[in-house]
Amino acid sequence: MSQDQKHQVLKRKLGPEDLRRFETPAIEREFHGQTSAKSSVPDSLSTVAVDFAGVTKSYGNKIVVDELSFSVASGECFGLLGPNGAGKSTIARMLLGMTCPDAGTITVLGVPVPARARLARRGIGVVPQFDNLDQEFTVRENLLVFGRYFGMSTRQSEAVIPSLLEFARLERKADARVSELSGGMKRCLTMARALINDPQLIVMDEPTTGLDPHARHLIWERLRALLARGKTIILTTHFMEEAERLCDRLCVLEKGRNIAEGGPQALIDEHIGCQVMEIYGGDPHELLSLVKPHSQRIEVSGETLYCYAPDPDQVRTQLQGRAGLRLLLRPANLEDVFLRLTGREMEE
Amino acid sequence: MIEGFAAALPANAWNWVAVWRRNYLAWKKVALVSLLGNLADPMIYLFGLGTGLGIMVGRVDGASYIAFLAAGMVAVSAMTASTLETLYAAFARMHSQRTWEAMLYTHITLGDIVLGELAWAATKAFMAGTAITIVTATLGYAAWPSVLYALPIIALTGCVFASLAMIVTALSPSYDYFVFYQTLVLTPMLFLSGAVFPLNQLPGAFQQIARCMPLSHAIDLIRPVMLDHPISGIALHVGVLGLYALLPFFLSMALLRRRLMR
Repeated sequence: MSQDQKHQVLKRKLGPEDLRRFETPAIEREFHGQTSAKSSVPDSLSTVAVDFAGVTKSYGNKIVVDELSFSVASGECFGLLGPNGAGKSTIARMLLGMTCPDAGTITVLGVPVPARARLARRGIGVVPQFDNLDQEFTVRENLLVFGRYFGMSTRQSEAVIPSLLEFARLERKADARVSELSGGMKRCLTMARALINDPQLIVMDEPTTGLDPHARHLIWERLRALLARGKTIILTTHFMEEAERLCDRLCVLEKGRNIAEGGPQALIDEHIGCQVMEIYGGDPHELLSLVKPHSQRIEVSGETLYCYAPDPDQVRTQLQGRAGLRLLLRPANLEDVFLRLTGREMEE
Repeated sequence: MIEGFAAALPANAWNWVAVWRRNYLAWKKVALVSLLGNLADPMIYLFGLGTGLGIMVGRVDGASYIAFLAAGMVAVSAMTASTLETLYAAFARMHSQRTWEAMLYTHITLGDIVLGELAWAATKAFMAGTAITIVTATLGYAAWPSVLYALPIIALTGCVFASLAMIVTALSPSYDYFVFYQTLVLTPMLFLSGAVFPLNQLPGAFQQIARCMPLSHAIDLIRPVMLDHPISGIALHVGVLGLYALLPFFLSMALLRRRLMR
């Protein structure tokens, strides 16, 4: 991806505020007083941040990750999308060198993992699925203690803590105990903590699971701010909306296998390619025969009929006059792709 | 396999300090309560048994029973403090609080974590043992200044029992299993190591068992310096304690690697 293309991709994903920030060179210097050129990886490494090639991992007889291959370019947000148990967290753990693959090779920031994982971790920040902040410490102490794990002196940590607090919007909570923070604030602090070593790559494992909608939007906004700073992000999620909003590219996982890969819109166009009409309030099997001639494909899930129709007006005409029916016409989304690929009650 | 184990070893000679400092910061917030808690139990034993039994027992090995018991209680308090820290507190940091997991995202290796935890547990043992030493010396039950030689031995005893407890921590699925270690290993050791009565009171076979136990070697070093008696076999006692500190360290690390990095 050329620099220009990347710029376009980023611009597309940014809100107005981020865009302003992106176009202000000062933002590049916000962390650690470094320019982006200084903090970025050498040119030879800058194209591929993460590469998995034929990676397999099993526990006992259970294959958790199956011949998985994918590449993540520097500066992009790459999603690992799949239901619980699809192998997302295992992939994240392997990427960090916390578990060894049975087969295949993993390269992170130009370094083989797990062989040289400690070196790779120098450039990685992690936002885990489960909160592991020190509850009895204050916000500031959490950052200070975490800095020490990277060999940072108190002075070095204190130099970057104000900008991290600003990023997390926790300036006023610096001396509050973590146990006093809301769920969203804790997640913001975890994100700030992941930035203390000025990483090039940030691994976010289900960053918004268990958060209320306000907090979720805040995390999304912060995440985009990171992308605007040129960080590479690997995001594991089972929220389709999250993946669709944030990811430049993603791979859909099922039982540890990569079953589809591409940009969200490209995947939607490729696998669905038309609008979706949801029909509910009637007997779906009776309705099925009515709308079938006008649909590309039909699926039934519970009492809802999903009708992939190139010409929704024809479907609407067919159903005219039937009482109690509710119709919802909407653009196709990643969830449709996901369900198509992994299969709901397929009728056709 | 060996390569993987090597990667889990301490990364360098100072990384563990960051782990130790994390625990120290957490402890500082509850220091007074923690110290009193560590001190209360051995003190109650010391004065309860010392004065109560002391009346019946009279003098033991040329010292008052309470002075004899004091040396045992110093070693036992070091054993208990480092064991409890490693079993309950370190297990919480590994298991429910996921503190270790956060450390593993950084430059810290599993070996650094284990070393930092052991050093911290030994520090707590040192604080507990020293506090009792000060009390007993102040009350005139320990000889001055030879009692000062007890301090490094208390720290070493702390390392030994932290290291042993780390094996239990590595193997336990939950907190409920710790009680087996406490009742089946530590409590018998208390009675077989000369802490509360001289070892020569025991039948020969039990004396042989006692010689294998780390607590009896710790007491064989601490008691003479506290009572200002001649001391023998220093190298043997220190050597045995050293082995009991080192071997479980590597074993627990291998077990923890299997548990956490699989």
